[in-house]
Amino acid sequence: MKKFTNSGNIDTRSGFGAGMDELGKTHEDVVALCADLTGSLKLNDFAKNHPERFFQTGIAEANMIGMAAGMTIGGKIPYATSFANFATGRVYDQIRQSVAYSGKNVKICASHAGLTLGEDGATHQILEDLGLMKMLPGMTVINPCDFNQTKAATIAIADHDGPVYLRFGRPSVPNFTEADGKFEIGKALHLVEGSDVTILATGHLVWHALEAAEALEEKGISAEVINIHTIKPLDDEAILNSIKKTRCVVTCEEHNYLGGLGESVSGLLAKNDPVYQEFVATNDTFGESGTPAQLMEKYGLNTKSIVEAVNRVLAKK
Amino acid sequence: MPNTKQLEDFVSQVRRDIVRQVHQVSSGHPGGSLGCTEFFVALYQEVMKRKEGFDMDGKDEDLFFLSNGHISPVFYSVLARSGYFPVEELNTFRKIDSRLQGHPTTHEGLPGIRIASGSLGQGMSVALGAAQTKKLNGDDSLVYSLHGDGELQEGQNWEAILYAAGNKVDNLIATIDLNGQQIDGSTDDVLNMGSVRAKFEAFGWDVLDVEKGNDIEAIIAGLNEAKSRTGKGKPVCILLHTIMGHGVDFMMNGHAWHGKAPNDEQLEKALAQNPETLGDY
Ligand SMILES: Cc1ncc(C[n+]2csc(CCOP(=O)(O)OP(=O)(O)O)c2C)c(N)n1
Ligand SMILES: [Mg+2]
Repeated sequence: MKKFTNSGNIDTRSGFGAGMDELGKTHEDVVALCADLTGSLKLNDFAKNHPERFFQTGIAEANMIGMAAGMTIGGKIPYATSFANFATGRVYDQIRQSVAYSGKNVKICASHAGLTLGEDGATHQILEDLGLMKMLPGMTVINPCDFNQTKAATIAIADHDGPVYLRFGRPSVPNFTEADGKFEIGKALHLVEGSDVTILATGHLVWHALEAAEALEEKGISAEVINIHTIKPLDDEAILNSIKKTRCVVTCEEHNYLGGLGESVSGLLAKNDPVYQEFVATNDTFGESGTPAQLMEKYGLNTKSIVEAVNRVLAKK
Repeated sequence: MPNTKQLEDFVSQVRRDIVRQVHQVSSGHPGGSLGCTEFFVALYQEVMKRKEGFDMDGKDEDLFFLSNGHISPVFYSVLARSGYFPVEELNTFRKIDSRLQGHPTTHEGLPGIRIASGSLGQGMSVALGAAQTKKLNGDDSLVYSLHGDGELQEGQNWEAILYAAGNKVDNLIATIDLNGQQIDGSTDDVLNMGSVRAKFEAFGWDVLDVEKGNDIEAIIAGLNEAKSRTGKGKPVCILLHTIMGHGVDFMMNGHAWHGKAPNDEQLEKALAQNPETLGDY
């Protein structure tokens, strides 16, 4: 199978910061808003180089989202940033009414998503944000897998006219996608060709899916791995074409199985081509404090969990 | 009632617990915790009317809510050393399968905690609700709460501040940790709030300043004064002027230690400045 090399572990939020640096130079209309988390969102350079385009709101996320919506009126492209919990759940109605329903070109950019923020614990570990955001009409939902892809996505969404939710994380993870590659919203990426099972993964789980495919290959199982970086709009065609061949699917995400990528895939398949599906996702639970690796192990979100899910789905097929 | 020396010894031990907890897992928030150590010790060891043991409803005892949940290390240390759970459990802070989550939670059932906090700005509403219930129950004990000054930037606080005055919730004493610091810098630089006193007063609260917010005697006097002002038709606010990182010299004077753990060498320095008095966990 095709091998991917890790060019070095680095956090996806730094990919966001790098993308913002780039946008600072290329897109005059891009402005950034931040609620007392400049360093955590890797916005220090943007803030330093473009102080007139950087808006510190203080610890006031609801005001930040409303301001971002207002700043689009007159042509700015606001990137409103916080930790994923405070950028979504905390401000849901502000996003719903002032951004989504009003059709405003706001980019909601959220770090520290999922369990892997680690020790801060469940109050900060949102596992429901993909669901919250994908349910909003007109919202594009993107969850890139590594530094390079997060940087590319950060840049690409500036040229997409409409609200976007961009989700990334805190831990250092393998960086393996092409540097300075082009990011196409809504276009799933075939990483590994296979014939026995389709593995659809998003975010931090993509690397684990590749590792799982390698482990499965040694057992004589041919897994197809697709990187679903865009959860909405979902790349229906890529998924259905793969399923036609493999006849079963495992979906992988750092999110509750309710409301996440897996559920979107289930809906697509139920309508078009029902096959067995296994979910690698959290099982309707809150997270807790721990190291990222411990948490991914305990909540069943690592390479081993994907291999086990593949074995379960193959047994049913 | 413990004497001042005993309270100061308690404070010294709590400071050790704070830096040791945070050091052990290389994460957590020592700055705000150290700055509020004397306040917590005064509250739990001297001022609050508390019953033996812990039950959620806390009838006929004073209640405390920590809204700025990131300063959990000081809360956990004082709770443990006030008898709510074994002191050894401080060893599990922020580790997997622990009751001592990064931010306080009821989910794991830790005695002493009545509400989750960590997402800022929600605690005053909860304290208000509990204060209203005390009135409904004919329970004349008090509700205390603590909030960060940066945290006051969250709009929900101001909804609660309005409600409390508008509805004469006068069994509530809300303390603001006025350390002038938050994550991105000083509160003045991040979002200048002007006079916090003038704002609370304009909203109809009875406000008192404790200028020496790291002096245990001054805090006790301030809390007792605040207590004497309850039941008079106005919610009471204490502006507690603290120093972030107080008691560990290199953590003071700035926001750098808001959420940063000391390394081994820094831990030793911090411990040297705060003698072991009640026994390390
Ligand atoms: C709703 C929400 N937004 C952002 C954060 C991240 N955060 C944690 S502590 C903090 C700063 C708090 O400042 P302050 O209340 O003054 O506490 P201090 O730094 O003095 O301890 C921020 C922004 C959070 N926990 N909750
Ligand atoms: Mg502060």
